Amino acid sequence: MNVNQSAPSALPYGQPQPVYPGYQSSYGGQPGSTVPPTPYEASYNGPLPGYQQAPPPGVSRAPPPSGAPAPSTAQASGGQATYGQFGQGDVQNGPSSTVQMQRHPGSQLFGSAPVLSQPAVVQPYGPPPTSSQVSAQLAGMRISGATASAPSHSGLGYGSPTSGSFPNSGLYGSYPQGQVPPLSLAQGHPGAQPPQRSAPPQASSFTPPASGGPRMPSMTGPLLPGQGFGGPSMSQPNHVSSPPPQALPPGSQMTGPPGPPPSMHSSQPGYQLQQNGSFGSVRGPQPNYGSPYPGAPTFGSQPGPPQSLPPKRLDPDAIPSPIQVIEDDRNNRGSEPFVTGARGQVPPLVTTNFQVKDQGNASPRYIRCTSYNIPCTSDMAKQAQVPLAAIIKPLARLPPEEASPYVVDHGESGPLRCNRCKAYMCPFMQFIEGGRRFQCCFCSCINDVPPQYFQHLDHTGKRVDAYDRPELSLGSYEFLATVDYCKNNKFPSPPAFIFMIDVSYNAIRSGLVRLLCEELKSLLDFLPREGSAEESAIRVGFVTYNKVLHFYNVKSSLAQPQMMVVSDVADMFVPLLDGFLVNVNESRTVITSLLDQIPEMFADTRETETVFAPVIQAGMEALKAAECAGKLFLFHTSLPIAEAPGKLKNRDDRKLINTDKEKTLFQPQTSAYQTLAKECVAQGCCVDLFLFPNQYVDVATLSVVPQLTGGSVYKYACFQVENDQERFLSDLCRDVQKVVGFDAVMRVRTSTGIRAVDFFGAFYMSNTTDVELAGLDVDKTVTVEFKHDDRLNEESGALLQCALLYTSCAGQRRLRIHNLALNCCTQLADLYRNCETDTLINYMAKFAYRGVLSSPVKTVRDTLITQCAQILACYRKNCASPSSAGQLILPECMKLLPVYLNCVLKSDVLQPGAEVTTDDRAYVRQLVTSMDVAETNVFFYPRLLPLTKSPIENTTEPPAVRASEERLSSGDIYLLENGLNLFLWVGASVQQGVVQNLFNVSSFSHITSGLSVLPVLDNPLSKKVRGLIDNLRMQRSRYMKLIVVKQEDKLEMLFKHFLVEDKSLSGGASYVDFLCHMHKEIRQLLS
Amino acid sequence: MATYLEFIQQNEEQDGVRFSWNVWPSSRLEATRMVVPLACLLTPLKERPDLPPVQYEPVLCSRPTCKAILNPLWVTIEVSGVAIADGSFIGVCPTLFPPAYTGISEVNQPAELMPHFSTIEYMVQRGAQSPLIFLYVVDTCLEEDDLQALKESLQMSLSLLPPDALVGLITFGRMVQVHELSCEGISKSYVFRGTKDLTAKQIQDMLGLSKPAMLMQQARPTQPQEHPFVSSRFLQPVHKIDMNLTDLLGELQRDPWPVTQGKRPLRSTGVALSIAVGLLEGTFPNTGARIMLFTGGPPTQGPGMVVGDELKTPIRSWHDIEKDNARFMKKATKHYEMLANRTAANGHCIDIYACALDQTGLLEMKCCTNLTGGHMVMGDSFNTSLFKQTFQRIFSKDFNGNFRMAFGATLEVKTSRELKIAGAIGPCVSLNVKGPCVSENELGVGGTSQWKICALDPTSTLGIYFEVANQHNAPIPQGGRGAIQFVTQYQHSSTQKRIRVTTIARNWADAQSQLRHIEAAFDQEAAAVLMARLGVFRAESEEGPDVLRWLDRQLIRLCQKFGQYNKEDPTSFRLSDAFSLYPQFMFHLRRSPFLQVFNNSPDESSYYRHHFGRQDLTQSLIMIQPILYSYSFHGPPEPVLLDSSSILADRILLMDTFFQIVIYLGETIAQWRKAGYQDMPEYENFKHLLQAPLDDAQEILQARFPMPRYVNTEHGGSQSRFLLSKVNPSQTHNNLYAWGQETGAPILTDDVSLQVFMDHLKKLAVSSAS
Repeated sequence: MNVNQSAPSALPYGQPQPVYPGYQSSYGGQPGSTVPPTPYEASYNGPLPGYQQAPPPGVSRAPPPSGAPAPSTAQASGGQATYGQFGQGDVQNGPSSTVQMQRHPGSQLFGSAPVLSQPAVVQPYGPPPTSSQVSAQLAGMRISGATASAPSHSGLGYGSPTSGSFPNSGLYGSYPQGQVPPLSLAQGHPGAQPPQRSAPPQASSFTPPASGGPRMPSMTGPLLPGQGFGGPSMSQPNHVSSPPPQALPPGSQMTGPPGPPPSMHSSQPGYQLQQNGSFGSVRGPQPNYGSPYPGAPTFGSQPGPPQSLPPKRLDPDAIPSPIQVIEDDRNNRGSEPFVTGARGQVPPLVTTNFQVKDQGNASPRYIRCTSYNIPCTSDMAKQAQVPLAAIIKPLARLPPEEASPYVVDHGESGPLRCNRCKAYMCPFMQFIEGGRRFQCCFCSCINDVPPQYFQHLDHTGKRVDAYDRPELSLGSYEFLATVDYCKNNKFPSPPAFIFMIDVSYNAIRSGLVRLLCEELKSLLDFLPREGSAEESAIRVGFVTYNKVLHFYNVKSSLAQPQMMVVSDVADMFVPLLDGFLVNVNESRTVITSLLDQIPEMFADTRETETVFAPVIQAGMEALKAAECAGKLFLFHTSLPIAEAPGKLKNRDDRKLINTDKEKTLFQPQTSAYQTLAKECVAQGCCVDLFLFPNQYVDVATLSVVPQLTGGSVYKYACFQVENDQERFLSDLCRDVQKVVGFDAVMRVRTSTGIRAVDFFGAFYMSNTTDVELAGLDVDKTVTVEFKHDDRLNEESGALLQCALLYTSCAGQRRLRIHNLALNCCTQLADLYRNCETDTLINYMAKFAYRGVLSSPVKTVRDTLITQCAQILACYRKNCASPSSAGQLILPECMKLLPVYLNCVLKSDVLQPGAEVTTDDRAYVRQLVTSMDVAETNVFFYPRLLPLTKSPIENTTEPPAVRASEERLSSGDIYLLENGLNLFLWVGASVQQGVVQNLFNVSSFSHITSGLSVLPVLDNPLSKKVRGLIDNLRMQRSRYMKLIVVKQEDKLEMLFKHFLVEDKSLSGGASYVDFLCHMHKEIRQLLS
Repeated sequence: MATYLEFIQQNEEQDGVRFSWNVWPSSRLEATRMVVPLACLLTPLKERPDLPPVQYEPVLCSRPTCKAILNPLWVTIEVSGVAIADGSFIGVCPTLFPPAYTGISEVNQPAELMPHFSTIEYMVQRGAQSPLIFLYVVDTCLEEDDLQALKESLQMSLSLLPPDALVGLITFGRMVQVHELSCEGISKSYVFRGTKDLTAKQIQDMLGLSKPAMLMQQARPTQPQEHPFVSSRFLQPVHKIDMNLTDLLGELQRDPWPVTQGKRPLRSTGVALSIAVGLLEGTFPNTGARIMLFTGGPPTQGPGMVVGDELKTPIRSWHDIEKDNARFMKKATKHYEMLANRTAANGHCIDIYACALDQTGLLEMKCCTNLTGGHMVMGDSFNTSLFKQTFQRIFSKDFNGNFRMAFGATLEVKTSRELKIAGAIGPCVSLNVKGPCVSENELGVGGTSQWKICALDPTSTLGIYFEVANQHNAPIPQGGRGAIQFVTQYQHSSTQKRIRVTTIARNWADAQSQLRHIEAAFDQEAAAVLMARLGVFRAESEEGPDVLRWLDRQLIRLCQKFGQYNKEDPTSFRLSDAFSLYPQFMFHLRRSPFLQVFNNSPDESSYYRHHFGRQDLTQSLIMIQPILYSYSFHGPPEPVLLDSSSILADRILLMDTFFQIVIYLGETIAQWRKAGYQDMPEYENFKHLLQAPLDDAQEILQARFPMPRYVNTEHGGSQSRFLLSKVNPSQTHNNLYAWGQETGAPILTDDVSLQVFMDHLKKLAVSSAS
């Protein structure tokens, strides 16, 4: 668990300097001067030396802190220091750090870390040891899930605000008391501190245990009493059972005692509270971490050695656990349907299976918001820093038991809209004057009701027919569009799919072409169709290409297909009209003959060069000529180096990583593709790209068009038919069969007061309001950020209406409308109580991933951390009851924010490991851009499922465990998935019978590492595991290729990359370390 | 005089040459006073069944500046037992015979020294033989039945091609498709956008020919037979792919791109031709090849477009051209000229088969055929026998079973030193070979002594114009002869290389003392055609009236020079027999479509001029002055005057204008036929009378290339305009009653009649003012 384990003991105290740099590296992302682990230790040591040595410099420096530039460094250093200390585990935060923090609230960023390298900075603090120490104590972390109680309560019912909010407050209230004493105690400690300094050795001695040793069970114990939250205990079985609130006081008292290290409970609580405890509390409802910490002691490094000894490290079990949260939500909210009638309800987590009943608001499957309670004013919003965003998946797939939106046909007059803001009729529209008019709920404009739509109102002012009309009673519905909503005022023709296949040497040699052609023959029977239509209206066309393009005429009347070669790639055009796009059933024999021949025709090809832009251009022109929208499926293998527009060169350069130029790796090489994409969008030509690279293909550039046209990119590095066939075919089938809306425009309207200002996803925008999507499939998500432009009203709340105009796969023009009403609040607490961390992370990841295009990665990371710290600090300051600064208090709804954020920060895009290619990063970057909340959730925090823990008969999915190496036991087998990858980890000491049953080999050593298919065996275990794998694959939009990883095998490195709570090889912090760091940041902000 | 006629005829038979003057004025000054230049019509490949080619190579004069080929004019001298030839044009150029000739003697002469072998053909064995190439360039913007007919014709033609000939297919409409012919299971084609002009290099790159082409260049000197391999994808031996190609042609669809109301289909003729030229240029330079363009309408897009696709703007007319209103013409002409020159440089030829009711842009494209020796055929539809039979006739064979076509010819003219070469008019391009015998004055395509004729057939005839270089003060001794040698090297349709050498000599005569001789040796037919060619040549670049004025002036001068008259007394004017027909030819020439554009579209004018510029003397004369036969019960069919007075009610007329065959039933005959007499047994003779001209017309139709338009009409029929517009309007509405009782048909025209024309001519000729 402890990342720090190995290193801590090793480093001598004396060397603070090297340590710092190490820090930076780890956090700041600078390639480490030192090994990651070391930094922590160093940091730990660091403070001490600082004290001793450099008072003078420190003094001199001291002033700068206040000054703008200096502060950052100072703070940074401080921050690091503290961080380091935390990181070490539990070893305590250097007092100095706290001091610094206090002084320079401004500089909270990790980013500043680099500065840290200057030992001097740290030292300055040294001088005022006492005070610093005190502060340090204060700094003791208090992590309180403000809402900690909430979960449980929520389960009971959100409705009662008192229960939810109060618990927290209550808790806090109690804590403060507890804390206060500690503080004083801490102060008292100062005396003790000197000894510490003198006794560094001791400290060092402590460290080892901390790192190496597992956390003590006792720790949890103590926490319980101390924290004493009744609520939490309920919800989180795992957590230390928190005693009822009453317990708290005692806890606090307990903390008070911290002084006396010997007493486990008392002292430990302090510790725990600060570190472990606090974390523990996090998971649990807001345990009172805060109070205990009186922490100076905790921080123990300073306080007496004795104290530090036992508790040192944060107990990973005590910090908020995603698994627990998910589990709780599942238990609490999975059973009842989520009814969307009331405004501003927070839906269950994406990981929970729940049913939705549409009673006026859009299902969370369509729209999820970061917060369901919006601050009334922009000032509040700014203060909270919680981004207001909606993650919209307009065409989301619904479970079979939920009906897809009703289609409303208003005939020739078309859908009823507000005259001023053009919002569509929805349940929030207010009918007045006996139903003759209606007031727009978005802009308050009063409109006449057209005679044919008139209906009387009942006594409540509701239209009598409200429940007969979907647009008056449901959150999501569709209108049939009239001809006015069509391009050129002409109803669209059915869309077309064009398959464009690379037939260069690489594609032929890998067997791709043959495989693909074979598959297409049957796949063409499964083109998406409307509802229960007999056959798909979609027409298909075929193009192959290398340096030139080959179009095929597959007209049904032909005896054999005709191939038309276009070599003029500089000036692409479509050589034929009639017979290029055909109905599959009519031209079946010709198509089959063509697909049979394509692999033969190019079997001897020597052509290795390919073009790319002309291919897209050709597809687009073909659609243009056919006057329809459609989708191109491109199967491409290599960097397009042939002489043609959009020609690319290999510009991959790993040296750019961590420099200011790193962003260029994410930017397209040439603007040609943007221009092309623009044309594609205008034509409604969506591009799906399947890449089969053997080396660098510049995904960043190639994916521009798919990205801007609402398409998808699939990448199969080093494609080999034997290994990747299943994955590719599965993805292809799914992609082809997906329901798609073509030539779409999405517009998000809001009620007065907020405005959609920013959009993320795979689309193109030619103005600031209309999201243009050449294609939009069921998996694509658009993220919209809102900003205030006026005051909101608590009573009327805030309304969102997302209108998507699109052409269905049968060529019908439709409007899909999603409405969502949100609450507005004047109290920040309400905001924090109604947040959705998963959504927040989704937004933040997208924001960050877009940021890397324009800013250095480090800046992006720092921004993220800062924002997160600000969010939490704001909460701490405004919502949490006053408590010791040393406590880390997290709002219940956001208690997972740090762990998830850390995962984002460690992701390949923001912190690439050595084995991550530039293409991979660009690929992931664009994937995440259109992910929905469920996908980002599992992508950033993978699911780790133990397979052999539960009895075989138990057919339900086993409960997940936290993604940390510590959670793996060598006697078990685990499955890990993140939506893209799927690993089966086999412990070295797994029972032989299990090995036999699962792999059909006699022993662990006979298992082939890297195996991608489990043998089909007729025994319960094998069936269960394979069933589970199939099940997991079903849940994800992309096929996950299985990789069997053996413990201690070299492939395990790859696997460990996904154990996101651990420190990563590329320098990513472990969860514990990061939490400490976060805490430091927050404290800095608060001080 | 009869002897002269015989002489001329015999010369034509034997050498395919007819001179305007058969006795040459011996000085430059006198020659110019003769008005009609010293010139000849040369039919280089005149069919000579009696002339077997000799199987060895010709002997050349050893003087580098001469290099004349051994011929009957040479004198053989024996010097110390070694035969030496002498008597080259340039003077005395002793040339040692090659060893093979040592046995030479009076009785044992090599063929080329025998007088009746003034024309001889050598077969050259050296050099690899390359197959003939036929590249079809087919317009697909046709009506369904037109396309069907064309497809059938093309499929049929495959059976007429020599089995080892290479064929290729390019189709075009809005796009241009180059079809690959050797594909199994799938038909492949390379497609080009019809709006973009490409360089030969680009075309070859895009067709994937560039790499092999480079290899080829290296290998060419040694192994030219690699050619077939190189372009195998697009040009394949007929015997290999005729099934494929037949199917391919069968599946050929109309251009699928929609043509909206009020638009012309987009037709990329310019690019299609450009690609065809580029394809052959890259793969088979200097090999006999025909690009055969079949088009059903004007090019409407891309380079070489002649008219826009808006139907409301009609294609240019002569009127537009005069008003400088033809906005695409210059650019298009330039495009096609550039193509034609490239094609000619590669030794390929372009045929144009244009079948449409409206114009197809022949005006702009004419240079493609005119410079390369290709055929130009104009018809109303591909679904007419006119096209079908004409097309079939291209593949006709001679008595030896060889195709009547030859490729890549160069014609070299050598003259004795008293003569210089002024130029040539015909389907040729200059090779720009200067030499001492090249005159500075150009008539036609001049400035060279060699021309390239990319395609030839046995009737292809060039007009070659000379200049007498001899100065007045350097008299040629009595009995001196001037000599001209025509050397035509060409690729025979059997793919052999052949050289035909014609050497002729004529006497010099002093124009002052021996004008009678010269006069008597005047060949008025040849002269008329040669003058007409000059006139037409001028008409291409000059305003019509200027050309007519020039012609008139020449005629008047000729009459002044050779007429016998008393000054200022028109009635005394007489011309000798040798000149008697000449003014009449000129009269008809002035009215001919070659010089008159009225009532003809620019395309038609181009078409007529094209054929006039290449046909032999007989055909040319028919074009100038159509032949009119009269059939009646009064006697056997007889030729009658091309005059309105010949149009009589009880006659059937058969007119042959070369381009049209018109059968005209006089009023009475038409009534009889209407009454059905021909079906009554007792009037069988009437039936025969009706049948006779039909049979004769068939005979002409069989032999003529291109197939003439066949018109069967009667008195009062609308089609009778073909006849009425040709005959001399001796009776018009103006003088009908003046001529009184004379029967005949009045022509409603203001054109002057021959009589008026002659009157004027006489007046002007005798006038001392001019």
